[in-house]
Amino acid sequence: MISVYINNIKVEVEEGTTILSAAQKAGIKIPTLCFVEGKTPQGACRVCVVQVEGAKTLVASCCTPAADNMKIFTNTKRVREARRNVVELLLSEHDGDCKTCDRNNDCELQELARELGINTISYQGEKTQKTIDNSTPALTRDSGKCIKCRRCVTVCNEVQSVGSLFPQGRGFDTTIGPAFSRDLDSVVCVQCGQCAAICPVGAITEKNDIDEVWAAIDNPEKFVVVQTAPAIRAALGECFGYEPGTLVTGKMVTALRQLGFDAVFDTNFTADLTIMEEGTELLMRLKKALVDKQKVALPQFTSCCPAWIKFAEHFYSDMLDNISSCKSPQQMFGSVAKTYYAKKIGKKVEDMVVVSIMPCTAKKFENQRWEMNDSGLRDVDYVLTTRELGRMIMQAGMDFKSLPDGKMDSPLGMSSGAADIFANTGGVMEAAIRTAYEIVTGKELPLDGLHVEPIMGLDGVKKASLKITGTLKEWSFLEGVELKVAVVHTLSNARKIIEAVKNGEVFHFIEVMSCPGGCISGGGQPRFTDNSIRLKRIQAIYKEDEGKKIRKSHENPEIKQIYKEFLGEPLSHKSHKLLHTKYTART
Amino acid sequence: MSEVQCCGCNEISEEEMLKQLDNILDDYQNTTGALIPVLQIAQNMFGYLPEAALKKISVKLNKPFSEVAGVVGFYSFFSTEPRGKYLVRVCLGTACYVRGGKEVLNALKKELKIDVGQTTEDRVFSLDIGRCFGACGLAPVIMVNDDVHQRVKPVKIAELMDIYRNKENDNKKE
Repeated sequence: MISVYINNIKVEVEEGTTILSAAQKAGIKIPTLCFVEGKTPQGACRVCVVQVEGAKTLVASCCTPAADNMKIFTNTKRVREARRNVVELLLSEHDGDCKTCDRNNDCELQELARELGINTISYQGEKTQKTIDNSTPALTRDSGKCIKCRRCVTVCNEVQSVGSLFPQGRGFDTTIGPAFSRDLDSVVCVQCGQCAAICPVGAITEKNDIDEVWAAIDNPEKFVVVQTAPAIRAALGECFGYEPGTLVTGKMVTALRQLGFDAVFDTNFTADLTIMEEGTELLMRLKKALVDKQKVALPQFTSCCPAWIKFAEHFYSDMLDNISSCKSPQQMFGSVAKTYYAKKIGKKVEDMVVVSIMPCTAKKFENQRWEMNDSGLRDVDYVLTTRELGRMIMQAGMDFKSLPDGKMDSPLGMSSGAADIFANTGGVMEAAIRTAYEIVTGKELPLDGLHVEPIMGLDGVKKASLKITGTLKEWSFLEGVELKVAVVHTLSNARKIIEAVKNGEVFHFIEVMSCPGGCISGGGQPRFTDNSIRLKRIQAIYKEDEGKKIRKSHENPEIKQIYKEFLGEPLSHKSHKLLHTKYTART
Repeated sequence: MSEVQCCGCNEISEEEMLKQLDNILDDYQNTTGALIPVLQIAQNMFGYLPEAALKKISVKLNKPFSEVAGVVGFYSFFSTEPRGKYLVRVCLGTACYVRGGKEVLNALKKELKIDVGQTTEDRVFSLDIGRCFGACGLAPVIMVNDDVHQRVKPVKIAELMDIYRNKENDNKKE
């Protein structure tokens, strides 16, 4: 341990700690526009400069290690002026029409300019060249707003190991983007939107589909249903000033109804359906391998995350048979809403419009995949992010905080606690284990010990091993089998687990979520997200699960009903047609 | 490196060169920091960096295409446009600049009838600027491919270029 003095306050930190981290430990705020928690500091924005006694120049605190007895000052005249200067220079080339910007009131640069008291910009110079890139279904990039902080580069390369974005060119002409500053569709991009989630300004955002949804709602001939993903309820409140981790399920339902949706449903319902299908699929694969001694693709990977699917299609096309053939809950919902539900209410499929509220940008890509038309038309018509829903609620002039709690409609609105936890890393696996255990043993799991602790939390790669005992007769081939599972989040960790599998490590079932922490910090969630906010949202999700009477997918009465009335049984012919899909290798 | 003959001339086709690049990349596949050396080799082979070569480099070195393009775009030494047989680079580092590098450059522009970054129509010359070749005592300096020419005078530029024009003509006659 070493001691440093920040603004004369003594702080003890481990050797190698940066000045920025030391200051954070001491509760002293140093602003930064380029720092990404836990990743290699870039030192790109220079906003975090501080004064160090004895040093000739100011130093960037994000990439300067603290030294023993170092005396650091974060609030001298020199520091304040330098920071102001840096931000003024950024503003001088930034396309700063805040009034019409997607990030108005939600922009780190705007906030910093206000905090630093910048009233005028002393520099008048050339502006960054403005090019709008709308080439992909999910993301919009605006080079005129980019401040070249490179957070997106860090996330795309280090966190996701995709590498779509990199600085191109040099000096003032540098742009951050795909090879040769072309459009995003010219390179491999999985549309996860983590770049949009981390961008401090309005340079990368989701593609806005709000107007299309208003048009559908305003069209009296359309019956517009909405589904909300599990992660929305733990984050939507942040758009209206609630603390991160505040559950707003009831208010969200009321808001959706007041927006004019004809029925308000839950993606959680099809999360439960996913467990029935995907769990059965896993048991069938195990049966084929253990009893029939057939060659079967194991481990089975989860398939809920469209960015992970696209990633595998690009980088691991030899592993596509290992991915569960189940559609994601969003897409299962679309095909069920436009068939099962449409028939129930006597609507024609062409009069139905399905809107999804997702924490995700890649879902905007997924609903446009050519495979996703099993109802005869596009199964899910429009996908909005949590942030877009927040904006719609504001546009409608609602006072969100004073809305009464509402309840989801039936029959696609009821869900178990197992569906709630689809929102966070480890959740799909835990939900699957809850159901698979009861199917295989016929015994009820006690409610107080439902969580599978080794696969909870924010570790990047989590592994667990569960010995199966006390099986029913038809599942006796699983007696004594050690079920090996792994849970990974972020695509760089997905790479690690796939390489481990290729090197012979044995697993039966692997959950992959592309975003850090899972969907609760998806590319479409309210900004800004770091690990402390991720943990709060995860806690909220577990609370939602724990507050439910029904916490296992197979116990959901509406799930029992859909199998009885419509699907038959898991993996039936109808299930295969509506709930399962195929994947295609991409270059 | 073995030269592959085609249609009687000494040039080898781009396709052949891509194959040769493949072999070279095999040697570099597990080397860290291989990207820049490989780009230099490729540029020497092709005379510039065609996209097909960059794609190959990206795949074989397991580096995202955007990163490869980013590195190529950062260094002025790399070019994604075809270049002339002789790359004329004028040093505009401090020493060469104060000793008349700019005038040398202007004379070259006039003589070759091209601007910086361009290539003559007959693809014999390309013109570029450089920042210090490390030969400040010989300022002003220009380089024509690997030849260093010292204390260059603007009035002698035509003469100097003729040396290379003649070489080119001799090659053609052979």
